[in-house]
Amino acid sequence: MSEAPSGRRTPRWLRALRRNPAALIGAAAVGAVVCVALAAPVLAPHDPVAQIATPLRPPGHPHLGGTDELGRDELSRLIFGARVSLYVGVLAVAIALGVGGTSGIAAGFYGGWVDNIAMRVMDVLFSLPALVLAIAITSILGPSLTNVMIAIGIVYAPTFARIARGPTLAVVGLPYIEAARALGASNRIIVLRHVLPNVSAPLLVQTTVSLSTAILTEAALSFLGLGTQPPTASWGLMLSAARQYMLIDPWIAVLPGCAIAVTVLGFNLLGDGLRDLLDPRIRTL
Amino acid sequence: MRYLIRRGLWTVAVLVGVSVLVFVLVRLLPGTIVDILGGGEGQLSPDQRAAVMQQFGLDRPLPVQYLRWVGSMLRGDFGWSFRSGQPVGGLLVSRLPITLELAVLSVAGVSLVGIPLGIVASVSRSVRVKTLVQVVGLLGLSVPNFWIAVLLIIAASYLFHWLPALIYVPPWTHPWVNLQQMFLPVFSLALGLAAVVVRMTRSSMLEVLGQEYVKVAHAKGLSTGAVLLRHALRNALIPVVTVLGLQMGYLLGGVVITEQIFGLPGLGWTLLNGVYQRDYPVVQGTVLLFAVTFVVTNLGVDLLYTFLDPRIRYE
Repeated sequence: MSEAPSGRRTPRWLRALRRNPAALIGAAAVGAVVCVALAAPVLAPHDPVAQIATPLRPPGHPHLGGTDELGRDELSRLIFGARVSLYVGVLAVAIALGVGGTSGIAAGFYGGWVDNIAMRVMDVLFSLPALVLAIAITSILGPSLTNVMIAIGIVYAPTFARIARGPTLAVVGLPYIEAARALGASNRIIVLRHVLPNVSAPLLVQTTVSLSTAILTEAALSFLGLGTQPPTASWGLMLSAARQYMLIDPWIAVLPGCAIAVTVLGFNLLGDGLRDLLDPRIRTL
Repeated sequence: MRYLIRRGLWTVAVLVGVSVLVFVLVRLLPGTIVDILGGGEGQLSPDQRAAVMQQFGLDRPLPVQYLRWVGSMLRGDFGWSFRSGQPVGGLLVSRLPITLELAVLSVAGVSLVGIPLGIVASVSRSVRVKTLVQVVGLLGLSVPNFWIAVLLIIAASYLFHWLPALIYVPPWTHPWVNLQQMFLPVFSLALGLAAVVVRMTRSSMLEVLGQEYVKVAHAKGLSTGAVLLRHALRNALIPVVTVLGLQMGYLLGGVVITEQIFGLPGLGWTLLNGVYQRDYPVVQGTVLLFAVTFVVTNLGVDLLYTFLDPRIRYE
């Protein structure tokens, strides 16, 4: 691999990314999906919920992605579907990170009964298959986009808690924390300045990887009719509707699945790359 | 032995926690159970409500309700379905074998395909094989299994004019028909996992193959096959079993969608129909049974470790 000339200073992470083509492809895929989601109203040729053409047309002119079972433009629905996936994925992971990360750090920092209670609650949440727990929670909250977000957030919080607890525990006993305390630093300062930097790298990796699983879970819940409700365009919902018509027009079953797979693969590749970069101790398998 | 007892007690504690969780979740339902039973809010007069509450013991304090609920479950009484009036316990017993068959066949398929392919891939040191295995492994994690299922149905209907059967045939009446019916669901569940297992087996084998004792085995003139299978594989399998165990949750979740797509009336199918029909005793029972299955599987994986690596027993 050719290195950048030493005269120009390229940031370390950029150089590492260049050496890791897989992560680069992941970053490109994620970047593309984010751009598509942000620019959806500009990019989409049609209104994603308008019924404008003959149903179940295969891809071609004038509808590049064909039309769905109600005569809506498939490409426009795919483009707007990216918004739903990212919106639910990002907010759900934010909930998981907020709840799980905080309780993990608290558990490791305070130890004792705080640690015990927090981790036992997480153990219980861990003892149900993720999708089953998510289904149970959405069935009680009712099917809607917000509730799916909350459900996925709760389901993935334990992973973040475990990941945050380990490094916190390892750091809390070290002399420099004791020194900070002796200098009169408050708990808040110690956690923010001294604990958080040690926890942030593994949490960042987990965040990226969780985005992929959160997007998959949203698609699965919408596929089952428990997530995004019609007529909103969501990839999982589109796949679900396609089941009845897939033998007449296979395209409507193929395209949303591709969209999910590319997005999720992008986040997985990026997550793997970040792990190599930030946590050299764990090599990629 | 002490390890086993500790591990068993911990399993029981987690199951108690899960039962509390399910109990609390069901009590969080919008509107009380009485309204659902009475056919909607405001359908019952206050007197009727009180009578129903008393009949089901809902007027007691929550801890008492919980203990009575757990007590009746331990006696095998899971309540009655709101819709069909059937006892939920009997329903679950009739549905569990289908899910177990699906899960066991999938794990068997994953191990039988994934582990040998991983071993083969570990012998080759070419970069292409490495990249291929990594990419396929990541694809396995990224492609939704319900999409694979949908694509398989499309392919099977075009190629063989095959469609998912409408009626489930149990293996004890027509084993051959049952296996035909199970093939595509198992395939759709196992494909992604197998890719992950190939990747894991390969990297784990490579690590073990670099160790001294493997060189010794080679040096004393053993055949490559004997070195790989008898010496390297046993140590290399430990991380693979870990991953398989971790993926059981994915598998049991995947079962829910797969059963729905292929019309197999297992636990996942029962759970979803319970959710669609707001049949809460059924939802409660299936969720608990899923938890029990998952926790027991994890226990099994842990015990398998101690068999594969006796050192773990003494930690």
